[in-house]
Amino acid sequence: MSEIPSELRYTQSHEWVRQEDDGSVTIGITDHAQGLLGDLVFVELPEVGSDLSAGEACCVVESVKAASDVYMPVSGEILAVNEALLDAPEMINDAAFDDGWLFKVQPSAEQELDNLMDADAYQEEIEE
Amino acid sequence: MSQRTVLFDKHVEYGGKVVDFAGWEMPVNYGSQMEEHHQVRNDAGMFDVSHMTIVDIKGAGVLAFLRYLLANDVAKLKDEGKALYSCMLTEDGGVIDDLIVYYMNDSWYRVVVNAGTRDKDMAWISKQAANFDVEIKEQSNVAMIAVQGPQAREKAIDALPLDVVEAASPLERFYGADCGEWFVGRTGYTGEDGFEVMLPESEAAAFWDKLAAAGVKPCGLGARDTLRLEAGMNLYGSDMTEETSPLVSGLGWTIAWEPADRDFIGRAALQAERDKGADQKLVGLVLEGKGVLRGHQKVIVENVGEGEITSGTFSPTMQQSIALARVPKATGETCQVEIRGKLLNARVVKPVFVRDGKPV
Repeated sequence: MSEIPSELRYTQSHEWVRQEDDGSVTIGITDHAQGLLGDLVFVELPEVGSDLSAGEACCVVESVKAASDVYMPVSGEILAVNEALLDAPEMINDAAFDDGWLFKVQPSAEQELDNLMDADAYQEEIEE
Repeated sequence: MSQRTVLFDKHVEYGGKVVDFAGWEMPVNYGSQMEEHHQVRNDAGMFDVSHMTIVDIKGAGVLAFLRYLLANDVAKLKDEGKALYSCMLTEDGGVIDDLIVYYMNDSWYRVVVNAGTRDKDMAWISKQAANFDVEIKEQSNVAMIAVQGPQAREKAIDALPLDVVEAASPLERFYGADCGEWFVGRTGYTGEDGFEVMLPESEAAAFWDKLAAAGVKPCGLGARDTLRLEAGMNLYGSDMTEETSPLVSGLGWTIAWEPADRDFIGRAALQAERDKGADQKLVGLVLEGKGVLRGHQKVIVENVGEGEITSGTFSPTMQQSIALARVPKATGETCQVEIRGKLLNARVVKPVFVRDGKPV
């Protein structure tokens, strides 16, 4: 069974969002998503400083099997990216919610966070 | 309607992640495609390939028939059990399928074709057989398990029935042995040594368990694809189709031009293409930087023209991305591949990347 931490928010496209104390959010793909993709071998991260809208494709994760887009869960500016993934994309397989984070965003429209699912709703979503 | 092989319950029991493959519910991996790939390169893995189609062609006219049906020449097969790889072509020289044919005796050849092309293959073979004294029979209650890797034969021998071991042990590469209800070929689709074992469906689950107990790990179709691509083996439907001839698919070596008077289906079209000079070729690509080459990405060869990747993946053995690509004949040693709008440099190489476990 996939792990779904209760303190995070989720999207239908399998991104997770963690609200940090400084008002930024950290984003990654869920354990369920990495399981579907299989062994990850390449990650293309967004550019730090770019402004992107919610729902926009901003990042690509590739497994041996396939390439998959990652979408912005909320609008905002990219503050940082997890450069360690460039040499070790398998960290997403090993720790999707932790060392496998993808990028940090300064949200420009905080109310968008309310559109995201909580853990229970995401659980239901992936059981469908 | 999706179909299941007799080993379906074993795939579920061993944790296989089942996906649709050419209308069959098959395991794509049992946890990690990458680990399964390394397992086959370094030790021994097994694949359920029971979805493939086994066809026995028998009768007094079988030699003449297969010499007409196939682009390679079965007359080369003199020893009992010897196998031959061949394309089966349309009149236009397009590839209907690629297959392995075993010479069993003068009135019996065994042919193994792809699962995804079963219906059209059977229809084509039956149609072409009309004027020959042959009987065509699909073996439908037979399972097939490929055991592959440097330790595969040794471990498989621990799991095979004793009378089969006697026939399988002395097999040389690319030979098969008929053992009554079982058949063992020293063949495969991974670039490693090993066996492909055909056996009665009723005995398949027990044999699977015995192989597992002997240390042969179950591997899915995902690893099968990365292994065959590293070995530079074509995949039907991706690297060649009815729209492409063997000459532009890296399969010129499988066409038996001699003897010149052998008339086989597609010969005239291939001869015309060869006389004119094929304008494309199938090559291997190795991506210089990070990224993953995939089928259908555009290949750009400076001052020459464009081509297309036919299969691409990340090579677990080389830890970089590799591909097969159809490119203009004049392509040299480098090219660029367009990935999501960016042009990345790639080396053009002979389409064999890994042999017997080592990068070439």
